[in-house]
Amino acid sequence: MTTSPIKFYQVGSFAVGNRLLDPQHRSVQSDTGRSNSINSGHRACQGCGEALGARYALDAAMRATDGKLVAVNATGCLEVFSTPYPETSWQIPWLHSLFGNAPAVATGVAAALRAKGREDIRVVGQGGDGGTVDIGFGTLSGMFERNDDVLYICYDNEAYMNTGIQRSGATPPAARTMTTQAVGPNPGNTFGQGKNLPLIAMAHEIPYVATATVAELRDLEAKVEHAMSLRGARYLHVLVPCPLGWGSASGDTIKVARLAKESGIFPVFEAHDGEVSSVSKIRRRVPVEDYLSLQARYAHLFNPTRQDEVIARIQAGADRNIARFGLLDEQTEVAR
Amino acid sequence: MLRQIEGSAAVAATVACCRPEVICAYPISPQTHIVEGLSRLVKSGELTGCEYINVESEFAAMSVAIGASAAGARAYTATASQGLLFMVEAVYNAAGLGLPIVMTVANRAIGAPINIWNDHSDTMSQRDSGWIQLYAETNQEAADLHVQAFRIAEELSLPVMVCMDGFILTHAYEQVDLPTQEQVDTFLPPMVPRQVLDPDEPVSIGAMVGPEAFAEVRYLAHAKQMQALELIPKVAQDFTRVFGRDSGGLVHPYRCEDAETIVVALGSVLGTIKDVVDEQRAQGLRVGVLGITSFRPFPLEAVRAALSRAARVVVVEKALAVGIGGIVAANVRMALAGIQIHGYTVIAGLGGRPITKASLHELLTRARADDLDELTFLDLDWELVERELRRTREQRRSGPAAENILRDVGIIAARVK
Repeated sequence: MTTSPIKFYQVGSFAVGNRLLDPQHRSVQSDTGRSNSINSGHRACQGCGEALGARYALDAAMRATDGKLVAVNATGCLEVFSTPYPETSWQIPWLHSLFGNAPAVATGVAAALRAKGREDIRVVGQGGDGGTVDIGFGTLSGMFERNDDVLYICYDNEAYMNTGIQRSGATPPAARTMTTQAVGPNPGNTFGQGKNLPLIAMAHEIPYVATATVAELRDLEAKVEHAMSLRGARYLHVLVPCPLGWGSASGDTIKVARLAKESGIFPVFEAHDGEVSSVSKIRRRVPVEDYLSLQARYAHLFNPTRQDEVIARIQAGADRNIARFGLLDEQTEVAR
Repeated sequence: MLRQIEGSAAVAATVACCRPEVICAYPISPQTHIVEGLSRLVKSGELTGCEYINVESEFAAMSVAIGASAAGARAYTATASQGLLFMVEAVYNAAGLGLPIVMTVANRAIGAPINIWNDHSDTMSQRDSGWIQLYAETNQEAADLHVQAFRIAEELSLPVMVCMDGFILTHAYEQVDLPTQEQVDTFLPPMVPRQVLDPDEPVSIGAMVGPEAFAEVRYLAHAKQMQALELIPKVAQDFTRVFGRDSGGLVHPYRCEDAETIVVALGSVLGTIKDVVDEQRAQGLRVGVLGITSFRPFPLEAVRAALSRAARVVVVEKALAVGIGGIVAANVRMALAGIQIHGYTVIAGLGGRPITKASLHELLTRARADDLDELTFLDLDWELVERELRRTREQRRSGPAAENILRDVGIIAARVK
C-alpha cells in the first residue's frame, strides 16, 4: 500500500475530507455519496470510538466493493446500539448470531457466496475486543488458518464495555475495570497478562494484518480499502477509545486515540503474509503520562499519591513498542 | 438403487443427492464416517457446487452453517454427543434465526464418565432448542429422513436434526435402497430462503428483541413447530409417492389396534421391540409398539390416538432426566392427560448397554402383571450400585464413582494393583 500523509498546517493535523485535496484523494467519509452503512440515529454513547471506527471502516469497505458487502457482527456494544428492536442502523445486509462465533459465521457467508458463484460480494466480520481476543478467539484463529475470504475488524476498547466495563484479554496493565478494581496493593489490571492479537494474527501468516486508531481515520479508510483489494483472511485491529469505560471526556476520543499512538502505547502498522511491511511513525512523541492522565481508569496512578513505579512500567512497555516496531524516525518531534 | 452399505455411507450418499451447498465438518465418533464420505464426494468432484469446510470445533461447524444458511445456501453438518453440547449456543441460535439447516446427530452418550457408545442423552438435551427432531429406526429411514428433512426445514424455515443411533445404525452394514439423484430432484426443489443476506435488498438479521416482543417471537417459534405437525405427514406422503416406500411421518404404530400393553420407543431399538412383540403375539398376548419418529414437534394427538385404548404403556427410553426419570415418558403422559393408564418408564441402553430380547420379554411379563416400578432401570446391576452407595456412606472421600465401579467390575482390577 502506498499512501503519503499530507500535513495540513492550517489545523496541524491529518484532517479528513479536506476540500483542498484532489477528489481522488478525498476520504470516503467526505463523499456525499457515501453509503452510510451504519446510519445516524443509533444509540451509541456520546464520543463512542467504536461507532466512529465502524462507520469509517464499513463505508470504506462499501466503496471498495462497489456496494457488494455483507457484515457479520459479534454480540457487543456495536450490535446492541445499532439494532434495538424494531430499529436498525444498518444500510447493508447485516447478521448477528452470537458473541463468540462472528468469524465462523462470516466464513459461512463467504462459503455460501462462493458456492453460488457470487464472490463479487465480500464479507466483513466485526466485533469488540471481548468477542475477538477472548470468546471468539477460537473461531477467529480457525478462520485465519483456513485463509477464508473474510476481513475481520476488531474494534478494541480494551474491556467488556457492553456488560459494564469488565477486564478482557486486551485490557492493559494497571487499567481499572469492574473486575480489576482500583483497590488493594496492586490496583487495576495485572502486569504481565493479556495478548497481542495483531501479532497472533501475523503468526497465521495471513495475507494482511493492520492496526489503526480512530485518530487517523484516513489511514483507517486506506487500510480497509487495501484489505478489500486482497483475498483471503485479513485482520484489522482498530483502537477505539470508550469514554464510558476509560473515563475520558466524550470530546477527547480522538485526542486519546492519538496519544495512544504518539506515546507508543499502541503501535500502528501493517503486515503482509506475516511480515511487518510498514509502520506509522510517531510524529510528536509524548510520555505515556499524557495519555494515562486523561483517563479515569488510570486515576489511581496519580491520586491520592503518584505511582511513579507503575507509570514507569507502562512507559517501559511503550518504549518497547517503539523499539520493536521502529516507531521513531528523524522527523519525529519530542514533546517537552 | 439397492446397496449393501454402511449406515453412515448411506447418509453421506443421500445428503449429497440433496445438493448441499455448504458442508462444515468436525470429527467426532460415531458421526465421523458421514463427513468423511461427503469429503470424498466433494473432493473427487462427484458433488459439485458445494463448499466443504473443515472447521476447528463443533461450535464453529454450526456457526459456519448459520452464516451459510443466512446467505441462502443449503447447509449441512453432522455431530454427536459432546460435539452437540459444544455447539449448543449456536444450535439454539440457528433455530431462533429460523435457518433451515439440516444436521445429523449420531446419537451417543454424554460424559462424564466419557463414553462413546449409543444412547439418546445428546439429542434429548436439545429437545427444547427449537429444532425439529426426527429419529430414524433403520438405516433406510435414516437416509430417507434426510431428504425429507431438507424439504421440511426449507418449507418452514426451521432447522431439522436427524437423529440416528450411533454405531447401531451409523456403523451397521445393511441393505439400503439409496435415493437416486432423479428422485431427490423430483422431491426436493431448490432452496428458496425466506430471508437472505443480499446487498440488493439489505436486511438486518439477528437484532435484539426486548420484553416488548420476545414472548411473541417465542410463541411464533412454537406455532411453526405446530405447523410442522401438519407438514411432516404430508411430506412423508409425498415421499411415498416419489420413492415408493413409507418413511418418516410422526409416529409408527405396530400391532397396536387391540393391544393391552403398548411399548413406546424411539430409534433403532424399535426393531428389537417389534421382534419381541411378534413373539408375544404368537403366544396370544395383546401387545404392540408405538415408534415416535417426530419427537419435536411432539405429536400429542397421534400418540394419544395410538395409546388411549391400551391398559398400560411402557416407555423404553435411552436417556435419563437425572433427578426425575423419563423424558419421553413425561411427554407421553402429557399426551394421555385425563386418561387412566398404567404408565411405566424404563431407562434402557444407556452408554451402549445392549437391550436384549430376553430382557424385554421379562420386562413385558412384569409389566403385564403390573409388577414394575414406575421408574425401572433395565438390567441394572444392583449389587454393583449398592456396593458403591455403601462405600460413599461409610467413607467421605471414597473416590470417583465411575472408577470405583470399574474396579469392582474387575475390568481394570489387574492394572490397578
